[in-house]
Amino acid sequence: MARPAVLRKPLGFVGRYEHKPGAEKNRTHYCPGCGHGILHKLIAEALEDFEITDRAIMISPVGCSVFAYYYFNAGNLQVPHGRAPAVATAVSRANPHAVVMSYQGDGDLAAIGGNHIVQAANRGENIAVFFVNNAIYGMTGGQMAPTTIEGMKTTTTPYGRNPLTDGYPMKISELLDSLHAPVFIARTSLHDPANIRKTRAAVRKAIQYTIEKKGFSLVEVLSMCPSNWKMDAVSSQEWIRDVLIPVFPLGTLRDRGSEAVEMKRPVPTFDPAKVREVLGVGGGKQKALARRRVDPKYADPSIRIAGFGGQGILSAGTAIANVGLEYGYNVSWLPSYGPEMRGGTANCSVKIREGSIGEPEATQPTVVIAMNRPSMEKFEQILKPGGTLIYNSTLIEVEPGRKDVETWAVPITGIADGLGNTKVQSMVAVGAFAGVTGLFGLDDIKGLLPAMFESEAMVLLNEKAVEAGYDYVTGMRR
Amino acid sequence: MGEDRRYPFCEIDQEECKGCGLCVASCPAKVLEIDQGKLNSKGFHPSSYKGQGCLGCGNCFYTCPEPGAVTVYLKGYVPEEVK
Amino acid sequence: MMARKLMKGNYAAVCGAALAGCEAYYGYPITPASEIAEAAAAIFPKLGRTFLQAECETASINMVYGAAGCGKRVMTASSGPGISLKQEGLSYCAGSALPCVVVDVMRGGPGLGNIGPEQGDYNQVVKGGGHGNYRVIVLAPNSCQEMCDLTMLAFELADRYRNPVFVLTDGVIGQMMEAVELPEPVTIFPDKSGWAVRGTADTHHLINSIYLAHDELEWWNNELRKKYEEIEKNEVRFEEYMMDDAEYALIGYGCVSRVLRSAVEEGRSKGAKLGLLRPVTLFPFPSKRISELPDRGVKGILTVELSTGQMVHDVNLALCGKARSDFHYRVGGNLPSAAEILDRVSELYGV
Ligand SMILES: Cc1ncc(C[n+]2csc(CCOP(=O)(O)OP(=O)(O)O)c2C)c(N)n1
Ligand code: SF4
Ligand code: SF4
Ligand code: SF4
Repeated sequence: MARPAVLRKPLGFVGRYEHKPGAEKNRTHYCPGCGHGILHKLIAEALEDFEITDRAIMISPVGCSVFAYYYFNAGNLQVPHGRAPAVATAVSRANPHAVVMSYQGDGDLAAIGGNHIVQAANRGENIAVFFVNNAIYGMTGGQMAPTTIEGMKTTTTPYGRNPLTDGYPMKISELLDSLHAPVFIARTSLHDPANIRKTRAAVRKAIQYTIEKKGFSLVEVLSMCPSNWKMDAVSSQEWIRDVLIPVFPLGTLRDRGSEAVEMKRPVPTFDPAKVREVLGVGGGKQKALARRRVDPKYADPSIRIAGFGGQGILSAGTAIANVGLEYGYNVSWLPSYGPEMRGGTANCSVKIREGSIGEPEATQPTVVIAMNRPSMEKFEQILKPGGTLIYNSTLIEVEPGRKDVETWAVPITGIADGLGNTKVQSMVAVGAFAGVTGLFGLDDIKGLLPAMFESEAMVLLNEKAVEAGYDYVTGMRR
Repeated sequence: MGEDRRYPFCEIDQEECKGCGLCVASCPAKVLEIDQGKLNSKGFHPSSYKGQGCLGCGNCFYTCPEPGAVTVYLKGYVPEEVK
Repeated sequence: MMARKLMKGNYAAVCGAALAGCEAYYGYPITPASEIAEAAAAIFPKLGRTFLQAECETASINMVYGAAGCGKRVMTASSGPGISLKQEGLSYCAGSALPCVVVDVMRGGPGLGNIGPEQGDYNQVVKGGGHGNYRVIVLAPNSCQEMCDLTMLAFELADRYRNPVFVLTDGVIGQMMEAVELPEPVTIFPDKSGWAVRGTADTHHLINSIYLAHDELEWWNNELRKKYEEIEKNEVRFEEYMMDDAEYALIGYGCVSRVLRSAVEEGRSKGAKLGLLRPVTLFPFPSKRISELPDRGVKGILTVELSTGQMVHDVNLALCGKARSDFHYRVGGNLPSAAEILDRVSELYGV
């Protein structure tokens, strides 16, 4: 990177601004003396010097630099107001080899996009953020920005910014410096050649770290907005020096480049074998279990299982649905979810059908499995006449109210407790369901347990539970 | 090639210039001025180099907000065509 | 074909995305869509793909914008309140012609409402809740299998038309489990090098929705409109059940269509000639098919929604006053039962 013998328009800019509408393709759209242009030049020079124009991607914000994409010899994305760090996050992850830069004003970054910059910084995204602090909204005509200083008159603080009603000027660099992840944070200024050179050094460092995949860098640049400050360009520089800098002290707040490690991003795979493996779906069609002859009364059951949270209501339903699926039936399982669960009750609907399943909710169940008293009282009412009610007689001491249904009092919790683990009451219920309806064979269910439970001990315990439930009801029948 | 006495020197693209005066203020040799007698197509009085005395410090180049308005030719610059 | 596996609709959508080559998921949790984020968090990293829990829905849709602008297949998912926040970004995606997939598992509203199933997002999704003249393609699955299949289709349509595509479903379909047969993974992807920004010399493209000159923006709006007309011509999808000799048509999408299917079956068993017309695409809407109903001998049309009258306006527009159009709804997380529908049918049509 030898110093060139000529200082000319850097190749980090495009030659003609073809994206700029109208005839004027050789001048920027910025006002005379605007700091944006200076910062643009420093960035463009670095893109050329680091030979990264090919892989540079610039994110243009909303603000006066909304048209940054007119100028930079890079891939360009123009994005919604304040969202540049979010967009940059995805762009950087999509193209880990690219040098992704986000360019934002103080309204864009500190107001509407305040959360996005904090979060991107906190994630340590591998991006370089150039943050133009001109203490005002330039593009919309001089309204207050989060960085507007106390007492400063803007079109929306016509009497001067009053901290008691409008808050205090936000110090973004200091704010971000409280986070763990960022690698480089500096505040510089454009108010004289020496400080422009310091800005240049900071810009280059931020880009260098991005090239080296060291993570998140931000350069906050105090920048002139002569138009909205209603001053000429040179007075604007003096105003930065005399008024802004005392509020926003310059300096490098953090430089952890030497400690930072190169960021690694995963390489996506689209290998069909790998995708299949990860989705956990084995190859060929599984062989369905041989169907059992079922009393028409129990065929195509519409099941409601209900109780309180912790009784394994949803898993009992899942198990029944899973077993039904293994017999080649169409099955559906629908939980009650949300606030109802927080109240401590749970219920689910399971349908097992020869044909296709319409409404998944068992609004008129043919089988209700009630694990506690409130559930029985609630759901026996919607049970279809002639339907089947299996209730947990350990916890339900009253008789069911319905007389037009078949009832099975099964001490489900008691049986589970007898096996030494209340938790298996859900599988006791499954066994009881199988025994009552004859829909599932005991050995068939047992054969499926290894796929449902991780440890051998759990498989054995649940085998016993299913068997106990099954035997209890078949014993009643006998 | 013998040393060209013009170097270093500053060249202003007066069409691109917006007459903001930042370069003038930045020049330690005070060899830049706003040409009040001239107007470019956009209606700005452009900056101009007085023709001699440039130190090649680069201040004007880095201070100018317009990408191509200022070019500074430093000592030892070899024009493209003779390279 | 792969074996059938019991899974939640939300999980199936992520399987569909993984199979379709979705390379990144950017989301924010919200019931009843959270399992989509959770499944993506579990599955995507194993495939080297990106999962990121963003700081909010606004961020996640803008991350989608970024990834889509880089030519990646990308998705996000949410529910009502989060979809409201995504509308800004969706308008930008549509305005910049970026393909992306958004899954909306609808819950009850307005405001925080509740997390029960509802279909109150129809207007904000199908009519485009963001600013400007744009449309999104909307697919409405009614089963776990379709959560997978239509999510895969969504990626394809998104790329084909360079437009956001919604998978619009509800808490029931998202939360329920059914057997799903996963199709083969997609291995051929469209070439996006002509417009996507990839951080290479030959992809110095611009992703942008700004057209300063009025004539240019008018031109761009016209281009978009042409695209939407093309979509309306090619992509209408619907499903009919027992419509051939139906005298009364029930119209509903998503979980409602399943209830209506049960109602049709029960009604038929009692001699009422009911049929079901279920829009699978909500934009484009099967308006033509609906407009033909009166000529097919349908005497009464009952639209059922989990919203207080949103899709029914599209049904009425299609019918243009040519036939009797009735409406029934439940909201707040409640579902109509098949019995309730049959009561309504007999009250309206005396069958
Ligand atoms: C959502 C949204 N809200 C408001 C605006 C209007 N707007 C455009 S630029 C801007 C402020 C930009 O100020 P700043 O980020 O400080 O940049 P500057 O113009 O000063 O460079 C606003 C509020 C918008 N485009 N989008
Ligand atoms: S309004 Fe201010 S920030 Fe915007 S271009 Fe003009 S001087 Fe620059
Ligand atoms: S290079 Fe330095 S001395 Fe020469 S004109 Fe520019 S500012 Fe003046
Ligand atoms: S700084 Fe640039 S734009 Fe301003 S007067 Fe000098 S040459 Fe012209």
